[in-house]
Amino acid sequence: MNGVAGVYKWELLKLRAQKRTYLGLGAAVAVPIAFVVALAFQSGSPNDIPMGRYVRDTGLVTPFLVLFFMSIWGLPLITALVAGDIVAAEHHNGTLKTILTRSRDRGQIFAGKLLAALTYTVAAVVLLGLVGAVAGSVRFGFHPLVSLSGTTVGPWKGVALLAASLGVYLLPLVGIAAFGLLLSTWTRNSAASVVGTLMYALLMQLLGALPGTESIRPYLLGTQFEAWHGFLRTPTDWAPVVRAAWLCFAYAAVPLVAAYLVFLRRDVAGD
Amino acid sequence: MSAVPIAARALVKRYGELVAVDHVDLTVEPGDVFGYLGPNGAGKTTSLRMLLGLIRPTSGSVELFGRDPMQLGAAALEGVAGFVEGPRFYPYLSARRNLELLADYDGKGVRRRIDEVLDLVELRDRARDRVGGYSHGMKQRLGIAASLLRAPRLLLLDEPTTGLDPAGMRDMRALVRRLAGEGITILLSSHLLNEVEELCNRVAIVRRGRVVYEGELAALKAASADSYRLRTTDPQRALAHCDPRLGARLEDEALVLSAGEEALAALTVSLGRAGIGVLSLVPQQATLEQLFLDLTEAPPAEPAPVEAEPVGAAA
Repeated sequence: MNGVAGVYKWELLKLRAQKRTYLGLGAAVAVPIAFVVALAFQSGSPNDIPMGRYVRDTGLVTPFLVLFFMSIWGLPLITALVAGDIVAAEHHNGTLKTILTRSRDRGQIFAGKLLAALTYTVAAVVLLGLVGAVAGSVRFGFHPLVSLSGTTVGPWKGVALLAASLGVYLLPLVGIAAFGLLLSTWTRNSAASVVGTLMYALLMQLLGALPGTESIRPYLLGTQFEAWHGFLRTPTDWAPVVRAAWLCFAYAAVPLVAAYLVFLRRDVAGD
Repeated sequence: MSAVPIAARALVKRYGELVAVDHVDLTVEPGDVFGYLGPNGAGKTTSLRMLLGLIRPTSGSVELFGRDPMQLGAAALEGVAGFVEGPRFYPYLSARRNLELLADYDGKGVRRRIDEVLDLVELRDRARDRVGGYSHGMKQRLGIAASLLRAPRLLLLDEPTTGLDPAGMRDMRALVRRLAGEGITILLSSHLLNEVEELCNRVAIVRRGRVVYEGELAALKAASADSYRLRTTDPQRALAHCDPRLGARLEDEALVLSAGEEALAALTVSLGRAGIGVLSLVPQQATLEQLFLDLTEAPPAEPAPVEAEPVGAAA
């Protein structure tokens, strides 16, 4: 376990030293700000999406709307940017052989990389939510929130609901990160992995939008980005949250096990 | 069986039809500076990768100090360090950060050695610079430093002087000699004969994935020495005059024979007495280089190493 902690620490330090990390986290900060600025220059509200019509009533609605817009490809892309690169970059730099000839086993290195990619994803989502709430509140004020059931909740209760929503929102992103890690391990190509992961996320959204897919829709990865709606109902609707938890576990576990096996047996040659 | 630094047995690596490494046996004893010599593409790097557990042998076994890297993973590399095909580092981190990372991967207390190894390869002044801006020679030296961090008992170096300028080559060889002097067992792969001749006590010469010679370098040299070429005024009579034990034969109007110096002296005296003039007597030491070329380029006496029978399950 100690072995994994050391790898994890250095994976974070390496992320801190790489531009793409800031590209992803920067986008997570910039998008909610841009959203608020855009709203400031027009009078309408995005009425056709959940809670959209209340956007000018309280700043707490802003992060929920940004989460909605970013679920199509924004956050999947931010996630893929690191998850798709984290193993492939070692091949690109030829450094896999460097770290595999020290006193760490392949399993420990894989685990450290997985944890680092997830940490980055959590950071991106938390930043997005936080910046959204702050930027929204600066523009529209820190007022009570009207939930999806039409009940009004106090602003601090609203913050708690936002935190819970961010947590559930992370679940499908973990599934996407796992898929990115598999591509990264399997293709050894950063660009292919990032694009492939994004395509995967889009495909999951597309499947849900096609006619005739209603029966499988609740089980698609893209649908789980809406599981947080359960927290904004009174009383709390746990069904979508629970479903997101076990579904996303499966969506994450399958690619992760595959990636782990590929990584463990990989011939480190030709770089 | 005592645990020697390297014991590879019948090591095979097959890529589809290509047999990159073909039943290689290697035994490196403690204190050896073992030259793994062969032309480019002979499978040296592939062998080294298998020794370090980076690639999985198709068949055969590797033990480093009695431990199999395929079974034990990183635990088999305790006391072992080195690099294959040029050391690589994170270009966006400084040399010191790279070494800190590797020291942390090695274990507790290893960081303390960083300054020492940086001094040894004379990179301490540049240690704060990002490795991305390093020259090839500096990266090679950093590779040695990174290996020495582990305080290895066995060092595997894959063509450490490749791409270095003459001064860099000289310094690298001096460093290898110094490390060997400190008692580190070294496996040095190289395609440069003079390098191996200068540094190594034992060699394995590989050709197309196969070891064509393994043994003492001195024995290899001896096998090629002690041959003389004798030109006389009357080659035919001189041949008849020779003691059969000298194994003389006629070649281009000259006698080619093997003999010790005393026997040669006696021969020239007796030739003179018989009225045969000695024109020249030249030691015909086939150079090690010639021997190397003979071993690595001569048409194979047996069918090529690619095996004829189809192999069903090439993993």
